[in-house]
Amino acid sequence: MNNVCVYCELEEGKISDVSFELLSKGRNLATQLNCRLEALLIGNKLEGFEKEIFPYGVDVLYTADDARLYPYSTLPHTEITVNLFKETKPQIALMGATSIGRDLGPRVSSALGSGLTADCTELEIGDHEEKKNNKVYKNLLYQIRPAFGGNIIATIINPDCRPQMATVREGVMKKAIHNLRHTGEVVKLDVKKYVDDTAFVVKIIERHIEKSKVNIKNSSVVVAGGFGVGSAENFQLLHKLATVLGGEVGASRAAVDAGYADHDRQIGQTGITVRPKLYIACGISGQIQHLAGMQESSLIISINSDPNAPINKIANYVIAGRVENVIPKMIKYYKENTK
Amino acid sequence: MIVLAKQVPDTRNVGKDAMKADGTVNRSVLPAIFNPEDLHALEQALCIKDKFPGSTITLLTMGPVRAVEILREGFYRGADDGILLTDRAFAGSDTLATSYALACTIKKIKDFDMIICGRQAIDGDTAQVGPQVAEKLGIPQITYAEEIINVSDKNIRIKRRLERGVEIVEGAFPVLITVNSSAPACRPRNAKLLMKYKHATTMSKRQESDNDYLAGGMDSYLTIKEWSVNDIVCEREQLGLGGSPTKVKKVDNIVFQSKESKRIEDLDEDISALMKELITSHIVG
Repeated sequence: MNNVCVYCELEEGKISDVSFELLSKGRNLATQLNCRLEALLIGNKLEGFEKEIFPYGVDVLYTADDARLYPYSTLPHTEITVNLFKETKPQIALMGATSIGRDLGPRVSSALGSGLTADCTELEIGDHEEKKNNKVYKNLLYQIRPAFGGNIIATIINPDCRPQMATVREGVMKKAIHNLRHTGEVVKLDVKKYVDDTAFVVKIIERHIEKSKVNIKNSSVVVAGGFGVGSAENFQLLHKLATVLGGEVGASRAAVDAGYADHDRQIGQTGITVRPKLYIACGISGQIQHLAGMQESSLIISINSDPNAPINKIANYVIAGRVENVIPKMIKYYKENTK
Repeated sequence: MIVLAKQVPDTRNVGKDAMKADGTVNRSVLPAIFNPEDLHALEQALCIKDKFPGSTITLLTMGPVRAVEILREGFYRGADDGILLTDRAFAGSDTLATSYALACTIKKIKDFDMIICGRQAIDGDTAQVGPQVAEKLGIPQITYAEEIINVSDKNIRIKRRLERGVEIVEGAFPVLITVNSSAPACRPRNAKLLMKYKHATTMSKRQESDNDYLAGGMDSYLTIKEWSVNDIVCEREQLGLGGSPTKVKKVDNIVFQSKESKRIEDLDEDISALMKELITSHIVG
């Protein structure tokens, strides 16, 4: 009872990276709270997945195994999750901020009347004193995320409702094996008891899952552009530089909204989180939402004509200049010096 | 059909003056707009109405009185009815309290086959309200719709855009659909409808601008429905700040650890030196 539970996602017969990342974070939280870490896996042919899941420090794995439960669809997964949570009463429930988690999370929170914070960038345990009624809440989940309104970061809590729910984007938490020999208990749920046949109302007719074309997350060099790049043509310069350096192109949200780059290249709180060896920020002012997705880069170069751009504060090198002038020089001198 | 919409500050057209010196957003220079994905949602509803003449679109928004602006924008494009849900009791609502108020309002509207809304609003990006409303009404949802492929009187077939691909699904009515920005953009305003509805407003707005009110002759213009907490059946404790399970514990100004940045000018020798350094330290190459 009152454990930490992670909903694990299946895609193409594999558990998603974000689920392992959340299990790693969940293990930390459960250790601090001195409770168990539980995982919930819903799908088809789930035998064997426990071997992948237990090393992350999972104590109990609940499985709901039924041919109709894969691929994911909203109502059946919601019913199982809600009914399980009613029994097990987890104090914390974590999900990926993915197509699945963002479809399932709000439904579950609405059914249970519990609070859900989207796209958290940090999760911590802490206390809260409510001055109004002098009540002290111990060991709440601090759900930390940048808030709309610029360079502020908000700590959200759910004092009274359980579970405390949060979604987190892929790549934000670090995946870490707890103990290769750690083992736990598998609890197979009787699917009929948890989900009614009437839940299977939306039928999946066709599915095409594509491998992501861009692989920014694992690239050691990221050349990212912001609104300051100025045009889609100038953005092509970033692609050239990235090709020369063997890296990938990323973009700030403003650049994506302006149509300079595709959405799957967006870096930041509501996009991808990256930790490359080298991050070259071109014409990016550096809103907190963007910094949240790249601040752990080893080396940051900022190219910006505005000397006061916030991103310059966290940059190792600041090149004062316009993107369209600086990048061709970088390409030229890179080539000259590698000859 | 019911279309849910939100008026949001336009965070996309952030110009130079959008940030104040202290690093916060200067809201006064950000115009309030129709949340973009909600406009995509309206377009989907309009397409269905084109195919099924006689079906109607009711636009529902919750917000301050000035949110009536987006209802008018909806009328200009072909919405048949609009409801502004506005009351101090709703202030401070998180997504759950918002979805509760909207669900109670929809229960009052009662007669619908489809609820269509944008996937998410640009001021929060949570994408929670749509699914939370569906759950409160006990109806299925189809999220991330990119294209409504087919509608019949019994069911609807939709192409969904997922992170890594597409999915075609079929559902029955009633259903809630959330629409992605990859769906077609909304049609422009219709000139005739613009003339017809440009003075449409709510009773409280009309009374505020006493010129119009005293001058009379405004009766021929449409009065947009303005509902308060008294117009819907709900439990007050589930509304607003009190009905919101999530609380903001604190808000911090973020101070990033400033690094000792090295400033480089846009000069050939400086950039050449930098690239050399990157290569010799094996960061690139």
